Amino acid sequence: MQADLDRIVDDALAAFAAAADAPRLEQEKARFTGKSGTLTAMLKSLGSLEPDARREAGAAINLAKARIEEALQARREAIANAALEARLAQETVDVTLPGRGRARGTLHPVMRTLHRVEAIFRSIGFDVADGPEIETDWHNFTALNNPENHPARSMQDTFYVEGEDSAGLPLLLRTHTSPMQVRYARSHTPPIRVIAPGRTYRVDSDATHSPMFHQVEGLWIDEHISFAHLKGVYTDFLRRFFETDELQVRFRPSFFPFTEPSAEVDMAFTRGPLKGRWLEISGAGQVHPTVIRNFGLDPERWIGFAFGSGLERLTMLRYGVGDLRQFFENDLRFLQQFRD
Amino acid sequence: MLFSERWLRTFVDPQLDSEALAHLLTMSGLEVEETRPAAPPTSGVVVARVLEVAPHPDSDRLRVCRVDAGGAQPLTIVCGSPDVAAGMTVPCATVGAKLPGKDIGLAAVRGVQSHGMLCSAQELGLAESSEGLLALDGALVPGTPLREALAHDDTLLLLKLTPNRADCLSLLGVAREVAALTGASLTAPDSRPVAATIADRLPVKVDAGARDLCGRFAGRVIRGVNARARTPDWMVQRLERSGQRSISALVDISNYVMLELGQPTHVFDLSRIESGHLEVRWAREGEQVALLNGSTVEVGPWYGVICDGARPESLAGVMGGAASAVSLDTQDIYVESAFWWPAAIAGRARRLNFTTEAGHRFERGVDFSATVHALERITRLVLDICGGAAGPVDDQVFEQPSRAPVGMRLARCARVAGVAFGADEVAGIFTRLGFAHALRGEGEQVVFDVTPPAHRFDLAIEEDLIEEVVRVHGFDRLPALPPATAAWMQARPEAQRSPLAVREAMAGRDFHEAVNFSFVDPRWERDFCGAEQPGGRAPIALRNPIASQLAVMRTSLIGGLVASVQHNLNRKQSRVRLFELGRVFLRDPGVADGPLAVAGIDQPLHLAAIACGDADPEQWGVRPRPVDFFDLKADLEALLAPREARFEAAAHPALHPGRSARVMLDGRIVGWIGELHPRWQQAYELGRATVVFEIDWLALAEGVLPSATEVSRFPAVRRDLAIVVDKDVPAMTLCETVKGAGLPYVQAFEPFDLYQGAGVGEGKKSLAFRVLLQDTRKTLTDADVEATLERVVALISDRHDGRLRQ
Repeated sequence: MQADLDRIVDDALAAFAAAADAPRLEQEKARFTGKSGTLTAMLKSLGSLEPDARREAGAAINLAKARIEEALQARREAIANAALEARLAQETVDVTLPGRGRARGTLHPVMRTLHRVEAIFRSIGFDVADGPEIETDWHNFTALNNPENHPARSMQDTFYVEGEDSAGLPLLLRTHTSPMQVRYARSHTPPIRVIAPGRTYRVDSDATHSPMFHQVEGLWIDEHISFAHLKGVYTDFLRRFFETDELQVRFRPSFFPFTEPSAEVDMAFTRGPLKGRWLEISGAGQVHPTVIRNFGLDPERWIGFAFGSGLERLTMLRYGVGDLRQFFENDLRFLQQFRD
Repeated sequence: MLFSERWLRTFVDPQLDSEALAHLLTMSGLEVEETRPAAPPTSGVVVARVLEVAPHPDSDRLRVCRVDAGGAQPLTIVCGSPDVAAGMTVPCATVGAKLPGKDIGLAAVRGVQSHGMLCSAQELGLAESSEGLLALDGALVPGTPLREALAHDDTLLLLKLTPNRADCLSLLGVAREVAALTGASLTAPDSRPVAATIADRLPVKVDAGARDLCGRFAGRVIRGVNARARTPDWMVQRLERSGQRSISALVDISNYVMLELGQPTHVFDLSRIESGHLEVRWAREGEQVALLNGSTVEVGPWYGVICDGARPESLAGVMGGAASAVSLDTQDIYVESAFWWPAAIAGRARRLNFTTEAGHRFERGVDFSATVHALERITRLVLDICGGAAGPVDDQVFEQPSRAPVGMRLARCARVAGVAFGADEVAGIFTRLGFAHALRGEGEQVVFDVTPPAHRFDLAIEEDLIEEVVRVHGFDRLPALPPATAAWMQARPEAQRSPLAVREAMAGRDFHEAVNFSFVDPRWERDFCGAEQPGGRAPIALRNPIASQLAVMRTSLIGGLVASVQHNLNRKQSRVRLFELGRVFLRDPGVADGPLAVAGIDQPLHLAAIACGDADPEQWGVRPRPVDFFDLKADLEALLAPREARFEAAAHPALHPGRSARVMLDGRIVGWIGELHPRWQQAYELGRATVVFEIDWLALAEGVLPSATEVSRFPAVRRDLAIVVDKDVPAMTLCETVKGAGLPYVQAFEPFDLYQGAGVGEGKKSLAFRVLLQDTRKTLTDADVEATLERVVALISDRHDGRLRQ
């Protein structure tokens, strides 16, 4: 009988292996362990045996049945896996196709610079201020120690607009962000630490000058803020802005009506394509006592520095932009390069 | 100011090469903008005299010259220049000479050996083009190297002077500065008095009312000058190297003295002063002056004049008059050297739209102690060059700038500079600068009392002296220190949005940021803002625009964005999405002067966006469709969220009348959104539908602090309602009706579909709404839901004549 059982098991295993899909497998299963299957018939015939023989034969049959069911289960899983794999193969996509939906736009490179400058100065406690672009003569010039007819006024060619200020002088477009020094200082109590970035205007238009451009003004007023601190803060700023210590910074004497001593700040990279070339980057100095007085403060007590830097210049050096005019053409081919 | 280094070194000769000298000047505040050689490099060129000129045996054009080039034997040189003649002194490039781009060798020219080449200015690189040979002074010795004879080994320095340093608008001034910085000794030019040999004088009256114009007036008569005398080569050369052309001896001498000493002088033709005397006074209203430059200007009491008798003749301190100008026939002259007050000259030339060397100097300040030195110097040069006999010097001194001592506290100097200076170092700096000074006090209390010299007009307060100390000490030698200060935290209020956050949000929605000029084409204001329509606001015009299309201040950002779209479409872009965050400028009498405000002008910050072309970038698997109102509205809503604006249909000059809305927040118009009017789409060649919004920054800046409410644990029920209403009932009013009714359980009532056409009737539309119902305390029953929906439908039926779609 054991020989019969072994044969039946071998038959079943062979039949299962040959079954190509799930319905065929279940049909084959019926042949062996179904109601009229061969093993089922053998179990039914046990009743005619002696108890000892019945127990022995029953055990052998059950063992054979377990072997068949194990093989059946394995084959069922194999068939299911094969079916899944076939479906997955069908569903395969070309993962190299681009993703769908909208793209991302960009910040204007000068605005990117503006916000970086803000972040750097905020990191040491500077406030950020913004103010009017149509200005009064007093805020743009006189308060900054630059009276009417002074030769220093011809340093800047001013756009004037219709209308007069409360003093009867023509309104103008601010030629620098420095009026914000006056506006901010007059409405805050020292110590004062502020930067004021924004648009500025001068009657000048050629390859290297735009009639509208951006500056950032900086002002730090306290009881002890010296020219040496200006050197420290501005040098640190340039190193953070360009993210390198490999640049030289020099302060050389200059003249602005609203600072004294006044300095022109130059920088030079120590590597890269501009290596060794001095580049004017800022005008700066200790705020002039007359200007401190115009802030409504006592220059004997309050001293400090101010600076003004061109944001286009910083942007050009930072990202290698060669032509100033590109900043105002809004050409997508240019703007798209500033994705972050 | 442009000048020759060799000339400078005749006054001060420090042990520095050209580069070091330029660096020294730059780092002391006299920025050297440019240095360049006086002549390009050459070698082997010598002074030569042409001895004989003979025809070339084989050419009509060429000559064969015998030339004395300083050697033992004359040289034979073939020359092609038609002007070559025996007796000429010319440059000769000898065999082996190097010229710019050319080496000279022994050469056979049509069969005649030429031992060199006679040179033109062009061949020597001295001129862009030239005709004929460069004629040299016949007194030069043949064989002298040309570079030596013409002082070619010289460097030109171009100074970019700041307005406070008028004292350096002369060779003497720069030399004085170099001497102070290096300690090298200074040799001033010879200005010893020239004794009078004739008694002639020209009476000059300075009006008593013009003492604030003229502080000192000196002059003298010189008779019998030869105005046709040749200006010496050395003077021509120095003038040329200062960028001044030689004109005539008398004019050259006057210019030379101005460059040398910084004192502008004027030479009158004495015979053409008809009244026989001069008067200095303020001009009267409507008076005219015919100037040297050929123009006639009308002046008034703001201008000082020198009059020939009663007739204004020259513009004081700015420019001489045409009538009394010297000519080649002039024989007798009157030389004027004066001190004009800076405030009396400042701005005058600029107001008349020109600049002059004299005006430039006087408005910044000219050394009033050297007025007569300059007169003596010019006299000496005139007598030497043009001959003649000089009369006595008349020197009328009126009020002059006071040079009151200025105190400088050593402690203040340390506080401003950030580093302490020793009293000895400071005294040394003042001494080198030629500042008379006295020291008082001790230790912390040391004060220097400094009397500014007459040539400095920029030393009036303590800071002026501190600047001098720090400058001469060297900015480079000051430390760079990080300030130590009390540290307090600062943070932007959480509910306040930064410009950066809004820019990032716009970039995140596929917009590129544009920056347009604030001054715009008046046409944009007409088209997009209705500036000329009834009720329209005229933009603020520039008084001095640089171009007619940049003539007015923008009142809207739309024009610039439209132009930027146009620019990109013209460059083959098919989809353009841009935004700008910038100010606009509006007349507003309601605005008063304030910390951040200028009376009469409102300058709000606006955000505007424009989209043209397809809604989405071209991509696989997405059917392209043009961007429309609702795409841009979604962008704007996302930007404003969580605040919800009302969009009210309204007309705007820039926008399609049926596709535009004003944007309302808190009952206030904060902006506009819509499709650009088809008329402008066509006029501005956009070709495709373009949508745009513009919104006040303040509406964006105020965010909302989140405030959490309990989340219901009971399930929500969603029901959809299709409601038919008249076509022109805005969907939003239905939503507002339902939301405003305070119905129980209604959490949301939002449109999700719109249908117009067959089945809903003429003039009607069907709107499908999603209704979300939920309670925080129980699960809703069907009865609860039905009862609420019935109330919704009843409300809409009542208020808006709407009915459920069957």
